[in-house]
Amino acid sequence: MLRYALKRLGVGLLCLVGVSVIIFVAMRLAGDPTLLLLPDDATEQDRIELRQELGLDKPLPVQYAIFVAGAVQGDFGMSTRWKMPAMELVLARLPATLQLAGLAFSLAVGIGLLSGVTSATARGSVFDQCVRLGVTLGLAVPVFWVGLIFIMVFAVDLGWFPTSGRGSFAHLILPAVTMALNPAAAMSRLSRSAMLGVLGADYIKMARVKGNSEARVVWKHGLRNAAIPVATLAGIQLANMIGNTVVVETIFAWPGIGKLIIDAIFARDFAVVQAAICVVAAAYIILNLAVDLTYGLLDPQIRYD
Amino acid sequence: MTDDHVDMPAETLGTGAGPRRASIFRALGDWPVLPIILLLPIILFGVFGPLISPYDPSAVNPAVALRPPSWLTGDGLAHLFGTDYLGRDVFSRVIAGARASLLVSFFGVGIAGIVGITIGLISGYFGGWLDTVLMRLVDIQMSMPAILLALLISAALGSGLVTVIAVIAIVFWTNYARVVRAETLSVKSRDYVAMARVLGCRDARLIRRHILPNVIDSALVVASLQLGAAVMLEASLSFLGLGVQPPAVAWGKMIAESKLYLATAWWLPFFPGVALVVTVLGTNMFGDWLRDKLDPRLRNT
Repeated sequence: MLRYALKRLGVGLLCLVGVSVIIFVAMRLAGDPTLLLLPDDATEQDRIELRQELGLDKPLPVQYAIFVAGAVQGDFGMSTRWKMPAMELVLARLPATLQLAGLAFSLAVGIGLLSGVTSATARGSVFDQCVRLGVTLGLAVPVFWVGLIFIMVFAVDLGWFPTSGRGSFAHLILPAVTMALNPAAAMSRLSRSAMLGVLGADYIKMARVKGNSEARVVWKHGLRNAAIPVATLAGIQLANMIGNTVVVETIFAWPGIGKLIIDAIFARDFAVVQAAICVVAAAYIILNLAVDLTYGLLDPQIRYD
Repeated sequence: MTDDHVDMPAETLGTGAGPRRASIFRALGDWPVLPIILLLPIILFGVFGPLISPYDPSAVNPAVALRPPSWLTGDGLAHLFGTDYLGRDVFSRVIAGARASLLVSFFGVGIAGIVGITIGLISGYFGGWLDTVLMRLVDIQMSMPAILLALLISAALGSGLVTVIAVIAIVFWTNYARVVRAETLSVKSRDYVAMARVLGCRDARLIRRHILPNVIDSALVVASLQLGAAVMLEASLSFLGLGVQPPAVAWGKMIAESKLYLATAWWLPFFPGVALVVTVLGTNMFGDWLRDKLDPRLRNT
């Protein structure tokens, strides 16, 4: 177990290094930042001086080393647009994103699991048919479109929720539901098929024969054994959710990291893009690592070697 | 695990529930009827767009700005899906958007396929350090959410048609590489491959003639399952303003532009969104069908 954990940790670290290289290269490809930082009438001399000041005159590997040395200390440079350290800006936006992703994730798992397991136990029923239709649609609707339709119907027409921004709990509902839709559908589909695979097994019949209530058979004996694929998917969904915040936060003007990344890209504020994507990628890697390591808790039969 | 996804198209038509099917549905049962019905108009729009389109999709006409769909107001077929804030015909723009959407996702997924299959074959066949390096590369790329990678590439390369195709190719090649590598590993150990090698077959020929034909089905399944995701990614990028640029029309861009008119013009986001849903739904269902036809082992991917 320990060896496996260390090996996975090593791969995780490697991924982090790889991602930092990708981010670094992409930002250097994006063009000369001095063109944006200096006024149009700046002389060539000004430009050369600024490039020296920013370290852009050094060879690329040296620049990368400087970038990494700063990054491990949380120093990603100054934001050119917001005039403050990039990392501080990112950390200030983090709670908003976590709040949104947290609620969306709970909704997705709750709705997905409940509908998936129930439709598996009532296979072929009207409820089952409805869930499957909902799943098919839920996997095919674009998040940003649903978000706008929700705003149109529930915020503009009915006036139940505010259209955008962050503040009261009501602000949170539309973005969270929008974000939960796709993962809830995926969750429902997988938990249904996992439960169908389990419910025919002998130990389920045994559990019924022993006089357990149907609810206990399904939710305890059944779900426990269908838990591995479901938990894996939940982990993947949580990780994907961090990526999806970009789109959802843009629709609802939610002041989180996703919106920050988009704003920074359009402002060509590379320090902020680097810092934000590094934070998100690190969270993504850690979550995936955590998922891999929890298999053993769910299924004692799994041996790591 | 179950055969539930197999008969999805037929069942949605209401034929799968009973044990006996009407003969016409039995004849069609093997064909992906619903995906074809969904995708046919989109493909026609994409291929013959300019011939079908009632107006020039970019033609501005302020006199008819923000008109609701004409069949609602009794104006017949003048503007089937209404007009936008510049008086452009939404129906014509939805038709024009099909072309960008299909072009980008087909080429993107196609290039991703060529790159991913090649790397998967090489990685699986030769093994050793090359395999380790290539698969770590896949791990690294997959440790980044797809949309972030896409944003990063668009930020680096600037937006435009070629960039979006490149983004989709870069984001999606890893899935092919993993699947094809795994398949190659299992095919490689079969007797006929050893036999071919004994008979003096060289690596390149062995890969091309004996391994590739056996892994291509899985790659096709991956392709069809990714097509929907590619359509969605293209739409998300253009929604965020990083997709194809005018005069090219993209559904995601149309939906983004409608944001300011939500209170007054529901038809602006509605119709491009429906086109998008129909496309993704159709490709997803087609992918499921193809997977069950070609490779049931991939069912839970």
